[in-house]
Amino acid sequence: MPIQSVNDFVVRFANVNGSGSASANELFARSVLRMGIPVAPRNIFPSNIQGLPTWYEVRISEAGHLGARGGTDLMVAMNPQTWDQDVAGIEPGGYLFYDSTKPLPKSKFRDDITVIGVPLTAISNREYTDPRQRQLFKNIIYVGALAALLDMDIGEMEKLIAEQFKGKEKLFDANKHALDLGRDWVMMNLHHPIGLRLKRANAVGDRIFIEGNSAAALGAVYGGATVCAWYPITPSSSLADAFTGHCNRLRVDPATKQNKFAIIQAEDELASIGIVIGAAWNGARAFTATSGPGISLMQEFVGLAYFAEIPAVIFDVQRAGPSTGMPTRTQQTDIISAAYASHGDTKHVLLFPEDPAEAFEFAAAAFDLADRLQTPIFVMLDLDIGMNHRLSRPLTWDDSRKFDRGKVMTAAILEAGREFGRYLDVDGDGIPYRTLPGTHPTQGSFFTRGTSRDRYARYTEEGPAYADNMQRLLRKFETAKDLVPRPLQANAKKPTKYGVIYFGSTSPAMDEAIELLEATGHMLNRLRVRAFPFHSSVTSFIGEHDFVFVVEQNRDSQLRSLIVNECSIDPVRLVPILHYDGTPITARFISRAIADHLDALKVTPLRKGKVVS
Amino acid sequence: MTYVTKPKFHHPELPKNELGYTHRDYEGSVSTLCAGCGHDSISASIIEACFELSIAPHRVAKLSGIGCSSKTPTYFLGNSHGFNSVHGRMPSVLTGANLANRDLIYLGVSGDGDSASIGFGQFAHAIRRGVNMAYIVENNGVYGLTKGQFSATADRGSKSKRGIINNDSAIDLVGIALQLGATFIARSFSGDKKQLTPLIKAAIEHEGAAFIDVISPCVAFNNHAGSTKSFDYVREHNEAVNRLDFITGRAPIKVDYAPGSVETVEQHDGSTITLRKLDSDYDVHDRLAAMSFLQHHAAKGQIVTGLLYVAAEAEDLHGRLNTVEAPLNALGEKELCPGSTVLDKINASLR
Repeated sequence: MPIQSVNDFVVRFANVNGSGSASANELFARSVLRMGIPVAPRNIFPSNIQGLPTWYEVRISEAGHLGARGGTDLMVAMNPQTWDQDVAGIEPGGYLFYDSTKPLPKSKFRDDITVIGVPLTAISNREYTDPRQRQLFKNIIYVGALAALLDMDIGEMEKLIAEQFKGKEKLFDANKHALDLGRDWVMMNLHHPIGLRLKRANAVGDRIFIEGNSAAALGAVYGGATVCAWYPITPSSSLADAFTGHCNRLRVDPATKQNKFAIIQAEDELASIGIVIGAAWNGARAFTATSGPGISLMQEFVGLAYFAEIPAVIFDVQRAGPSTGMPTRTQQTDIISAAYASHGDTKHVLLFPEDPAEAFEFAAAAFDLADRLQTPIFVMLDLDIGMNHRLSRPLTWDDSRKFDRGKVMTAAILEAGREFGRYLDVDGDGIPYRTLPGTHPTQGSFFTRGTSRDRYARYTEEGPAYADNMQRLLRKFETAKDLVPRPLQANAKKPTKYGVIYFGSTSPAMDEAIELLEATGHMLNRLRVRAFPFHSSVTSFIGEHDFVFVVEQNRDSQLRSLIVNECSIDPVRLVPILHYDGTPITARFISRAIADHLDALKVTPLRKGKVVS
Repeated sequence: MTYVTKPKFHHPELPKNELGYTHRDYEGSVSTLCAGCGHDSISASIIEACFELSIAPHRVAKLSGIGCSSKTPTYFLGNSHGFNSVHGRMPSVLTGANLANRDLIYLGVSGDGDSASIGFGQFAHAIRRGVNMAYIVENNGVYGLTKGQFSATADRGSKSKRGIINNDSAIDLVGIALQLGATFIARSFSGDKKQLTPLIKAAIEHEGAAFIDVISPCVAFNNHAGSTKSFDYVREHNEAVNRLDFITGRAPIKVDYAPGSVETVEQHDGSTITLRKLDSDYDVHDRLAAMSFLQHHAAKGQIVTGLLYVAAEAEDLHGRLNTVEAPLNALGEKELCPGSTVLDKINASLR
């Protein structure tokens, strides 16, 4: 029986990398959005420029589930290379859309799916002579065909094309024509619409459609970053690119046409973080964007910034490790290496945004935190948030907000006779005052160094002075606990002894998993951790439950280890739920894994039925 | 011992510069390097250069990496902010500092291990970016703090204090800087204050990437080739620091010679460096000729010193990036934050 579903299914496009399919697929996803139906698209792509397989998955969910679901209801199979794999991945009762120009043997299909053949190549070749046009318009033709098959409003597609090619009438006409070719062929030759349909809804609201990297870069603009130094690495490069784009639009002095920013594509990650540290030492807000391998390379400098107490903001758009790992796949796998980056006793502040809106907020906040705490701040994104368009609440900014530049002594303060000791804890919060180079002719200068120093920045290898400084750094870390974004708790409908902790991009899948679990009688209170060091509410949340699941996207349950280590929690209390194959975590995975545990523990007195599969 | 401060009192009639500062205002803490170290002579030249230029001491930021040379910023310009960063990475830290505030003077102090070995890449990239700085390498061909290993500027065939022959080709930083597009390139000798001080003044004044390679003999590890007072002997007896103290009292090498002449200087270890002062008709604006001149004399075993190249019109990184005249670190919310109205428009464009 073919799947029947309105506004709730998954379409997956299988393409060849570099074939121009990305813009056509995005046109499809945006059209659904314009019909008022939430979508969650995801790029699944290889570390390659041209020729290898690439997929674009569009989850359509009027209910608003934005996590990956798993499984495919409609496969748009445009890549012969992955045909078998793609056909096998279709849910029973699903649909296969393919280019029927060249006949395929029956053995290439399945009996339990609906096969929809459209002679895309034939239509395109009949219409166009230029090889590049034939390829590009073939993509638009299939979008037009899908519009008819899914009963979409083709007017929304036309509007999007018009916006894209504003002022370029010829291109608009050509694209519209290609859309019509696809739609008309389906209308004349096929039974339509199919069992999967789109019906105009009103479930999008005022939400925006943006990539996490772009939102984070915009947060850096709003947060006052003026210096960006970076080295290209997937999946973080688009963050630096977006910052460049935002700055060119928002940060050029209209009168002089000069830039209120400086962006350096450095020779490597070491230079990137070095430039950031130099700039921040000198009072500019500076950041770098990188991924796991870059974090490894930056270790020595991160220790310097920690010990010499220099602000720095590091966006880590995580990908699957170790080593080169899977550069184009997602993971939450740098938690430990970022939290304890560098040799010696070091600890760093990490922020865990869940989506683009938080990426924007945390990015801006990171610059305040870095200046306030005089230490590196890691904003832990991942490929799933960073490189996919995500439906997200609108970005907001309070115009009365001021940059928190932290404890900086000015020439006037020095003149007034305040005592200055670069590493002197005058307020009891572990945070000393600093001066910027060039402040005063005779007062407030000091020597910044990675070697041990006393409270007045004078080199020393005296044990007590060294220990005194290390203790103050710990006090500062304590102070950080109340400055970073707090965890957010949401309780189950009914009282329960079980809890779940999660963070970052797991968020949408977790929300959906809770619905699935509650539907089967499993009640879980949940806590979304948004920063490290952990606020005291993390410890109390664990204390209030018999067992707490910790859901994360890595093999070694890194966040759990951090909780055990930093909050002195008995590891038995924390049950790891781990997903680390490089695909985004799904609600199906989480709910099954947690239900299995609860069933195994036979601790589900409220259980009413089977776990939804 | 770098916390030892010099006494503040001084002769009331010490000469003052245009800003009313005396020589003492440009000094730093007492040096902890070996007495007679060439690096201290370079520090003295830096102090003299800044005094003579009447630079307000706090308008200089002095940055270094790791090593003997990188310790020296503690010993000059005590009223300047200093940054002793990580090994070989001073150039990137200096680049960032320079981006944050284009109004200060950036003095980068490094060594041959710091710039030619571990930091060769950063040296190259800071030079090719045209960062406005005076980049001084105090070049002695050995690692002093780790007891005398060869650095990448040690000549092939040269013998270490331990009697080891260096089999690797030497990196000539001047040659590299010429190739990478530095707009001010000089070489000097720590014992030749008359030549070095004016070069440092010129490098500070130069608005672009200025590089000075200063040959600076190591009194500890270039002085006793084959001697029983060797590093190995000292380490066996675990008295390295005391042996180093014993070296104190040796006078720094001094040299004084006329332009256009060749002079052979005896180093502490008895080896010799041949210095050639530039011809008076040498054209300092011809990069290609400078490369050729350098290679030609190197082939004869001579080290060319003096101002080797200066671009008539230099452009710095800020010029290339078209940054605003105001220092970036002086910009606030008003200049940097686009505000909520703009954000609303951005939101609208994302629907």
